[in-house]
Amino acid sequence: MDHLDRLESQSIYIFREAFNKIEHLTMLWSIGKDSNAMLWLARKAFFGHVPFPVVHIDTSYKLPEMIEFRDRMAKEWGLKMIVGQNKEALAAGMNHTKGRVTCCTALKTDGLKAVVAEQGFTGIIAGIRRDEEGTRSKERVFSPRGEGAEWDFRDQPPEFWDQFKTDMPPGTHLRIHPILHWTEVDIWRYIRRENIPVVDLYFAKNGKRYRSLGCAPCTSPVESSASNVEEIIAELEDTRVPERAGRAQDQEAEDAFERLRVDGYM
Amino acid sequence: MTRESNSIVFVGHVDHGKSTLIGRIFNDTGMLPTGKVDAIRATCERRGMPFEWAFLMDALQAERDQGVTIDAAHIRLRTKRRDYLIIDAPGHKEFLKNMVTGAAGAEVAVLVIDANEGVREQSRRHGYLLRLLGIKSIAVAINKMDLVDYGAERFGEVAKEIRSYLASIDVKPTYIVPVSGNAGENIVTASPKMDWYQGPNLMDALDRFTATAPARDLPLRMALQDVYKFDARRIFAGRIETGQLRVGDTVLFSPANRKARVASLESWNTPVPKSVAEAGESVGFILEDQIFAERGELVSHATHPPVETNVFRAHVFWLGREPLEAGKEYKLRLNTAELPVRVQAVEKVIDTHDLSPQKTDRVERNGVAEIVLRANKIFAVDEFTNNSQTGRFVLVDGYDIAGGGIVSMRGYPDQRRIIEVKSTNISAVEYQVTPERRAERNGHCGGVLWFTGLSGAGKSTLAVEVEQKLFRKGYHVYVLDGDNVRRGLNANLGFSPEDRAENIRRVGEVAALFAHAGFIVITAFISPYRSDRDRARGATRDFDNIDFHEVYIEADLETCETRDPKGLYKRARRGDIKEFTGISAPYEAPESPELLVSSGEADIDACTDKILEYIEQHFTLKAV
Repeated sequence: MDHLDRLESQSIYIFREAFNKIEHLTMLWSIGKDSNAMLWLARKAFFGHVPFPVVHIDTSYKLPEMIEFRDRMAKEWGLKMIVGQNKEALAAGMNHTKGRVTCCTALKTDGLKAVVAEQGFTGIIAGIRRDEEGTRSKERVFSPRGEGAEWDFRDQPPEFWDQFKTDMPPGTHLRIHPILHWTEVDIWRYIRRENIPVVDLYFAKNGKRYRSLGCAPCTSPVESSASNVEEIIAELEDTRVPERAGRAQDQEAEDAFERLRVDGYM
Repeated sequence: MTRESNSIVFVGHVDHGKSTLIGRIFNDTGMLPTGKVDAIRATCERRGMPFEWAFLMDALQAERDQGVTIDAAHIRLRTKRRDYLIIDAPGHKEFLKNMVTGAAGAEVAVLVIDANEGVREQSRRHGYLLRLLGIKSIAVAINKMDLVDYGAERFGEVAKEIRSYLASIDVKPTYIVPVSGNAGENIVTASPKMDWYQGPNLMDALDRFTATAPARDLPLRMALQDVYKFDARRIFAGRIETGQLRVGDTVLFSPANRKARVASLESWNTPVPKSVAEAGESVGFILEDQIFAERGELVSHATHPPVETNVFRAHVFWLGREPLEAGKEYKLRLNTAELPVRVQAVEKVIDTHDLSPQKTDRVERNGVAEIVLRANKIFAVDEFTNNSQTGRFVLVDGYDIAGGGIVSMRGYPDQRRIIEVKSTNISAVEYQVTPERRAERNGHCGGVLWFTGLSGAGKSTLAVEVEQKLFRKGYHVYVLDGDNVRRGLNANLGFSPEDRAENIRRVGEVAALFAHAGFIVITAFISPYRSDRDRARGATRDFDNIDFHEVYIEADLETCETRDPKGLYKRARRGDIKEFTGISAPYEAPESPELLVSSGEADIDACTDKILEYIEQHFTLKAV
């Protein structure tokens, strides 16, 4: 087994634990490279099937290429897709000029909470990785969320020997993170090995490419000439620029991202 | 291009400088992201404090505010040699569960000790936990050498102290390295300030540890996670923990004890179907025969099966809010199996400070102990020393994982041989003489009086005394006694836990046959294991109208040892007899025997009368 085999095997193990132990399971699909690779891993775990619905939280500000890709792949892969949107906040004119963190909370966190409440999900699979950002580096694979979806990072459950927290009081839910142990370059190497489709926005055009995808107003492309997967891998092996450098909401304050996550952001 | 990768956890007492040391490693190996040092500097300035490397790992606001690591962080580091996953584990006692979370997944541990403060409470506790977690590659970093003027003498003192503590718990650190995280000495290059030190610098030491290979050469173990039927295929899914699995192999599911041949290994989006899978792989297979098996079964080859038992000894660490106590029930999670267990005994609570046993039967949060766990059904398990993957478990209290432990079968038998049924195609004859008709003729029912108790409690003495008196009264009665049975029926059995269990199994079956033939059977065996006595009771259930009466001949160890009719206790104390009940092997007293006879307090006649009275009440047919 090589490095990617080991990562893949661990993710499959996590998927199978979640599917066995959690009754109302769903997976967040952000259309980004990570959640595409994660969807692929689910099909590995379940022998070609995705035995739970996927949820996409549509802020309405996503880059249009992402929505086009989403609808195409959902059809091709036969996914049961639920699109969530905080229509109330949008009708009231919510956008990033009200404050990036405020906007993220309303359109993403609250949008997600509404879908979870409506569908009664007790387990939400999310494609976060430890190497993305400091608070995510402290996450658990099975991470409990309180009744208001809040993350109690001060008192996380012990997690060892692949025995995950799967018992929880009613009204709370679990976030499951099957690719927590992967890095950005691991994901790209896996995309290369397995030939996983990704949105074109990741590939450089006119000297710029998106390294991390989000809403159009808060996501900017980085300087890059990497126009295919091979070149992206070569670029990442060399870079010292953090992955989320182009994500504006993280930079609002020292603990902006932590506050977002404590409230229930992915 | 595959690079070696290795995961390393930093543990040790709070404030001994783990996070700082890690921050320095990232900086000195040139692996910090652009702008990170500036961001940390800005964070420190906002707080009006000097530059703090620890802020690299302490990502949570509360951690930065309190200057203490709360939860384990995982960060990747690439050196020229290989890729590392660096795990920073909190050193504060309050966050021991987070330390365990961080350390359990690591292949190598660095125990960080402040040169100035020396070995402290968490240095010892963490050292002890590393052993329980099964981490064998250990380096000690004696940090803050700048505070002791880089003195060789102080280094020698601290190194000696930690080395001798670790030696007492069977842990041998591979390297002991003097460093200064603050000043960046001896981390990636040799320190001129410590020219007296000849060993490798810290990163060199870490580079020298080789990555652990998955346990491909051990016997096959796969914990069954699930059985899928998404399409026409019925796929058994799980991860191979150790060993190898080949298409065509006959696999054994334990504790179901069912066997079947593997028809194919299934996978999705792989170019060629696999014919062999090995340790570490998450797999799915189809069987040639449709057998029933569900999550929790342990898959092996029939030649090297796991232990089957309903009781085992465990070395545990406890993280629960409520203390662990004898008599309490928890949910045992063992590989993918889940079942309720009760703490039968807390044998030893260990003070990790000086390793002395404590006088208590409660294990408080963050404590370590040796306990005995019992379930009400048989499950499959391995001893930790034979298979560290399948010989460990967690306990769940309410909604929370509250502790973990490793399995030992010391003093307890593998019950596989006893419960395995090899005879098939059997059809029993229908008896024409019923127990009722025998009872009518005899004037009493048949049944089993199962005497249990320590050696020297008086089982044999009372058994023959009761037999004699009953016989005179016209009862059909017979005594099965330990030494007599071992001369013939059980002459091929020794005194290992497995043989003792088989000895009792046979006696139980013979007693049931005698009882069915109308006899009152009195057995006189120590029969120390509860599960064996329960099985003997079960043997009588195969017949209608045969009762089993457990009679506890109770006398304390001291009394029995004073009597010592066969001189066995003396020999056991000398070590001539191994696994002697009460001395070096457990005696599990009955929980609710049908009759309790305290032979330590009453004399033989009184005891005999008590038993006779009981028999007359329960066995004699009342005149119609």
